Amino acid sequence: MSSLRRAFKSLDPDLVFNDMEEYLEAGFFKLTPFFIAITISLLAIRLTYVFLRSSKPFVDPPERVSTMIVLGSGGHTAEMLSIVNVLNKERFSPRFYVAATTDNMSLQKAQVLEQSLHGLRNNLILQGSSEAAQFLQIYRSREVGQSYITSIGTSLIAMMHALWLTLKIRPQVIICNGPGTCIPLCVAAFMFKIAGLRWSSIFYIESIARVRKLSLSGLLLYKLRLTDQFVVQWPQLQRKYPRSQYVGRIM
Amino acid sequence: MESKESKKMVFVTVGTTSFDALVRAVDSPQVRDELSSKGYTHLLIQMGRGSYFPSKFSGEDGSLAVDYFTFSPSIADHLKSASLIISHAGSGSIFETLRLGKPLIVVVNEDLMDNHQSELAEELADRKHLFCANPQTLHQIISNMNLDSLVPYPPGDSVPVAKLINRFFGFPDD
Repeated sequence: MSSLRRAFKSLDPDLVFNDMEEYLEAGFFKLTPFFIAITISLLAIRLTYVFLRSSKPFVDPPERVSTMIVLGSGGHTAEMLSIVNVLNKERFSPRFYVAATTDNMSLQKAQVLEQSLHGLRNNLILQGSSEAAQFLQIYRSREVGQSYITSIGTSLIAMMHALWLTLKIRPQVIICNGPGTCIPLCVAAFMFKIAGLRWSSIFYIESIARVRKLSLSGLLLYKLRLTDQFVVQWPQLQRKYPRSQYVGRIM
Repeated sequence: MESKESKKMVFVTVGTTSFDALVRAVDSPQVRDELSSKGYTHLLIQMGRGSYFPSKFSGEDGSLAVDYFTFSPSIADHLKSASLIISHAGSGSIFETLRLGKPLIVVVNEDLMDNHQSELAEELADRKHLFCANPQTLHQIISNMNLDSLVPYPPGDSVPVAKLINRFFGFPDD
């Protein structure tokens, strides 16, 4: 054994080991920075890949895509439902509508829309028609007027809830237009994208109420490049944010 | 009982919250006189959660009849029967009114912290689809407004956005 110890000592004169176990432990700790470096590089490569592949159109059209639709208060929901109304319901299915727990109206309006769809083709046998649309609620990061200190805690809860919902639904598409609840959901989806758990394409359609400046949600998603397609409804806003797209007003 | 032809109603809506400054403004003698002189006979106020209650007038003496309520499940009927709408700056009631082709004065709430709402009202006022005011200038806007100068609002279309999403996945346009 002493010859082995001499051999170790010749490799690294600063270290003297009493036994093999101690050596391996020391070796492990010495290797830790190396492992961290590898992990960071792999993550960087993965991130670069995700950023590059996001916003690239699909080469092979999928047959159907599970769709998460994020609803907000009054104006937001009206705009979102007018988009959902003209989407092909067979291709964008199943649909998961998400609204804040404090917002009762939005999910009701979505239910009315979904029921009218069923009415339109009640003659057709829809595969798993009861599963075609689901309605979910999410905790809000911050209520209007809530203090910033308590909102740290509620934001954490909202983030955990968003991670749980996104993991459960694993949507292929997320369509959102600005209520604060869309931020934790988009961040969660992006984390799963990096982790390779699910590739979600994120579409953001800025509200028509935003003429000169993006909303806070819009600005965050734009700057962090979390969206695949970023749509605005006024040409002057498009000129200000060149990576966005303008295809006219929806209202 | 007044005949329907002579009834010209002004409908005021503050939306789902409260906007006392607007209710106060339309309740002022200045604004009521201005509306009266423009030929309006009725003023109906949806006052929301506000704490300022306007005074009711029956209008029997030929003056402007004033009535109010807090909330209604649907304001669509009121919008339809009104000849002029004075609204808060929320996009919901703005577009609901413009779609009906009714003359609209949007009153911007300057007390709101995040006052992005004025952006939309000002842009649409620049394009002559509506008049934009604040509670202090409302009576002047009413006195100076020329309804013939308003340009009908061309309704938006969500199909191009749906097409953009379709193209991304390689789905054919329906």
